[in-house]
Amino acid sequence: MSEGVTKKFLFVNRKAPYGSVYALEGLEVVLISAAFDQDVSLAFIDDGVYQLLRGQDTKAIGMKNFSPTYRALEGYDIEKLYAERESLEARGVAEGDLLVDVKVLGREEMAALMDEQDVVIGF
Amino acid sequence: MKIGILVNEGPYQRQSSDSAWQFCQAAIAAGHEIQRVFFYHDGVNNATKLTDPPQDDRHIVNRWSALAQEHKVDLVVCVAAALRRGIVEENLAKGFRISGLGQLVESAIQADRLVVFGD
Amino acid sequence: MLHIVNKSPHERSALADCLARARAGHAVLLIEDAVVAATRGSAATLAAAPAGVSLYVLSPDLQARGLAGQLAEGITAVDYRGFVDLVAAQPRVQSWL
Repeated sequence: MSEGVTKKFLFVNRKAPYGSVYALEGLEVVLISAAFDQDVSLAFIDDGVYQLLRGQDTKAIGMKNFSPTYRALEGYDIEKLYAERESLEARGVAEGDLLVDVKVLGREEMAALMDEQDVVIGF
Repeated sequence: MKIGILVNEGPYQRQSSDSAWQFCQAAIAAGHEIQRVFFYHDGVNNATKLTDPPQDDRHIVNRWSALAQEHKVDLVVCVAAALRRGIVEENLAKGFRISGLGQLVESAIQADRLVVFGD
Repeated sequence: MLHIVNKSPHERSALADCLARARAGHAVLLIEDAVVAATRGSAATLAAAPAGVSLYVLSPDLQARGLAGQLAEGITAVDYRGFVDLVAAQPRVQSWL
């Protein structure tokens, strides 16, 4: 642990799940970061909004459905989840289609959020 | 300045590992400290000593090992990602160590900048 | 903020996605396959860069691809040392993978 240092971390999720490992292994970093008492936020932009869709069913592709983990983040005190309105709209995804509560930000607000971080890690 | 590096791709398939290594060389030459290089996702494949490229190609793994030896750079391979991909102590190249994901978060906290190389 | 992009704009939308969130005072550095976006023939994507964003391209990657003579106007070519200097000069770095 790095005692006394609190940084603002933003994990930027830009990829759809399952086609690559980034969404899953990115989530693993987020969970670990909870143990370091940092100021953690998650952003879902571009294809990253697909990670949050309800009704994911991976049985027929033989991979683990990790989407329930997003609902468990609250238990790790990771409560700042943001999705970008323009990314949702461009993909025909409504806020009600998402499996977890997120704050929807416009593109300019999202850019401002990115700008106030100490560390930005994209997956 | 202390710079942390994250490498997300394996050797040869993508340029990511080459770019990261070139960046580290240049940063050290400019007087900065590479606080840690963390290998994640397929990036853990940069750490196998079984790598044996043709004579006329660069040896990406040995190049990282040399960086660790010459400049005391901490090369850390994520244990969970490594186990998924068959990277264990027995095939770990010189200069690398296997540890937890917490080492990446710690690097981001301790370093002044984190630079991510991937695909 | 230093934004790093490594994908050709003809293959992936990473550069356009990055430029959509870049703000005045930021820098964008094109490396690896993204260097094609810095050439005269493929400069359309970069034209969307907001005002006040400075544009850089990694010259070793440009040279490797035979594109050194085709650098479009308004983009600064840097070597790895220049890459390092950009990282140091901007308060944070975001890679658009």
